[in-house]
Amino acid sequence: MLSRVASNIYWMARYIERAENTARLINVNTHLLLDLPRRVRLGWEPIVDITSSRDYFYSLYDDADERSVIRFMVMDLNNNSSILSMLSMARENARAVRDIIPREAWEQINELYMRAKKDAPGVLTQRHRYDYMRSIILGAQTITGLLAGTMTHDEGYDFLRMGRNLERADMTTRIIDVRSAALLPDMSEDMTTFENLQWMSVLKSLTAYQMYRREMRLQISRPDVLKFLLQEDRFPRAFNHALNEAKSCLFDLPANDKPLQLIARLERKLMRAKPQALKQDKLHDFIDELQIGLIDINNCISEVYF
Amino acid sequence: MAIRWGSYKVKNLFDELLRASGRPRPAAQALCSYLRTLKDRDIEAYKTAAESAIHVMGVTFTVYSEDEGSIDRVWPFDIIPRIIDKKEWQRIEAGLKQRVKALNLFIDDLYHKQQIVTDGVFPGELLEDSKNFRPQCVDVDPPLGIWAHICGSDLVRDKDGTIYVLEDNLRVPSGVSYMLENRQVMKRVFPEMFEQHNILPVDDYPSQLYDTLAALSPRPGNQPEIVVLTPGVYNSAYFEHAYLAQQMGAELVVGSDLVVGEDNVVYMRTIEGLTRVDVIYRRVDDLFLDPEVFNPESALGVPGLMRAWKSGNVALANAPGAGVADDKVVYAFVPEMIKYYLKQEPILPNVPTYKCIDKQDRQYVIENIARMVVKPANESGGYGMLIGPHASKEEREKFVRLIRRDPRNYVAQPMLTLSTAPTLIGNRVEPRHLDLRPFILSSKKTYVTTGGLTRVALRKGSSVVNSSQGGGSKDTWVVDLEAS
Repeated sequence: MLSRVASNIYWMARYIERAENTARLINVNTHLLLDLPRRVRLGWEPIVDITSSRDYFYSLYDDADERSVIRFMVMDLNNNSSILSMLSMARENARAVRDIIPREAWEQINELYMRAKKDAPGVLTQRHRYDYMRSIILGAQTITGLLAGTMTHDEGYDFLRMGRNLERADMTTRIIDVRSAALLPDMSEDMTTFENLQWMSVLKSLTAYQMYRREMRLQISRPDVLKFLLQEDRFPRAFNHALNEAKSCLFDLPANDKPLQLIARLERKLMRAKPQALKQDKLHDFIDELQIGLIDINNCISEVYF
Repeated sequence: MAIRWGSYKVKNLFDELLRASGRPRPAAQALCSYLRTLKDRDIEAYKTAAESAIHVMGVTFTVYSEDEGSIDRVWPFDIIPRIIDKKEWQRIEAGLKQRVKALNLFIDDLYHKQQIVTDGVFPGELLEDSKNFRPQCVDVDPPLGIWAHICGSDLVRDKDGTIYVLEDNLRVPSGVSYMLENRQVMKRVFPEMFEQHNILPVDDYPSQLYDTLAALSPRPGNQPEIVVLTPGVYNSAYFEHAYLAQQMGAELVVGSDLVVGEDNVVYMRTIEGLTRVDVIYRRVDDLFLDPEVFNPESALGVPGLMRAWKSGNVALANAPGAGVADDKVVYAFVPEMIKYYLKQEPILPNVPTYKCIDKQDRQYVIENIARMVVKPANESGGYGMLIGPHASKEEREKFVRLIRRDPRNYVAQPMLTLSTAPTLIGNRVEPRHLDLRPFILSSKKTYVTTGGLTRVALRKGSSVVNSSQGGGSKDTWVVDLEAS
């Protein structure tokens, strides 16, 4: 398989996954803001932080008000991590491998981009926003499903799955990091309900709420949520699961020693830690380490295969 | 009844399906009676079926625009096929094989001894300012001595029924994927016709192309690694590049996927590291192939590719430099080449062509410019042409000056009236002009597509069939009357 093709497929999957995750984030934040009392609302700035584009955002906008952040995150083509930019990059990557991926998948990707572009102005009003985000999420899921059901599960598919899962792991850490950092540090007792609401929103942004409930059968609480989202190996959006998926893809690929070593190292780090016991700043450091681990894996894959 | 043949005019021209009397030609009889039984709504349904088949199959050509990025356009397709009797086709096929054989001998001669120049058949001075003669190719011996492995020759029929060769495309001719896809569409739309009549198949082109390319491998015996080199997704023929690669099971590569090693061998970058490439079906023009030798700015090519080719470590199809015979002045000499190299009379005539480099011809062209089509030597796609009968006085005078200044660069031909075929315009059939591009493959054996790509000018009265200028296409049926 050509390196360029492998790289196009890998990035196509990453961009689609990232667009989906961004849509999830925006949806959940919209709802969360409606539930929290005015004085503890965190607004939209955390969303900008999650995608590490704080400086860039403030170079373009004065205020992190709802309208600006939504515009920035959904339709601003200057922003590489806006939903439209990512779908456009996913489409360009898909276009270059049109002869490799099933025709329907290309059509879906093309259509998703066109639709996202056409409907984008609607997201500035809250009423249409939910439907828009839902259609992005469903569109991305359709593509994932189509590829799983119609693409030969060969090396190309391994790169696709690897891209998707590394992106997923990355987004899960980002959501935990920003959400927990912003979580009401010195709140009085009566605020715990709201803290729980926040953790619930973390779970919901990953569609993990229901699964968490089934799995943990517990109240929503910080330690359990952290444990679930980082170390659970059966929930698809948990860090551990995503890492395992990436690992299983690598088993089928040539020259996999180095990337596998890096994954094993990160896995050890993840499983040895007790994230639930970590205080806020320590948790942040730990998440940093996980992200650096993912970056190293990504770089190693680029170096070996692309 | 939707198709009223009575109102269909075939006066003063040659129609491919109907005779002047309005009765169908023998090979078209079955189709015409079938069409006559169709109701308006059947035709509408067939048309819709064809359109949706084209859409679903993703048959497109790419137009790039600044605002929208690249756009895939569907090429208009007409559901009434163009029909050729197998007997007539066999003669055309023989003529094309003869022609391409002579062209390949000519190219090989030009890059070696230039015997044809020494013998005074072809004027040597024409080479000196030929835009497509590549000094870098002199004394190179491509496998089997063949330079133009894939040739697309454009054929037209004049009003008296004579088929002429209008031009030979020896660089990177395109269109064959439309020929193949058009047939797929027709089989979905008119399955009954294919069941009942002996319409010869066209589907073996990709495997013939594969065999043609495989025969060029520098490592015979091994399973050759064949790749299709495309300029990329923004090229108007990208669909075809991807299509052919898929159909042959070859890798579709861009320049940056390939690298030439110190050992002058071409490798492609794969997830397993570098693997050797044996044959490159390149759809990139000569001048962009290798920045070490040609255009140094080219990002489409592969540095060192010419070294590898000259060392015989990789085969390029078509060979660099093959375009020297793809020149409207050189074209005028093809009948002489056939006589000179093959000692045969040409089976297919050229359109009578006046070479402005010749004093007598030039005088004739200038005096009769109002009746002439004047073409520059090295342009394609209809650029820089004068169509005498449609031109203004100023334009004609401008061309007379151009010809006097640079006679070598111009040829002129009398204006032909291209043949027509019934074409659905709305829900009526009207005659529209068309041409035919068969593809000829040359390596160990020579293969000609069955029929080819029929392009049709959809604008009334127009003879311009190019996709970029309002042209469409039709399926081409070579019908065997004796077998059915």
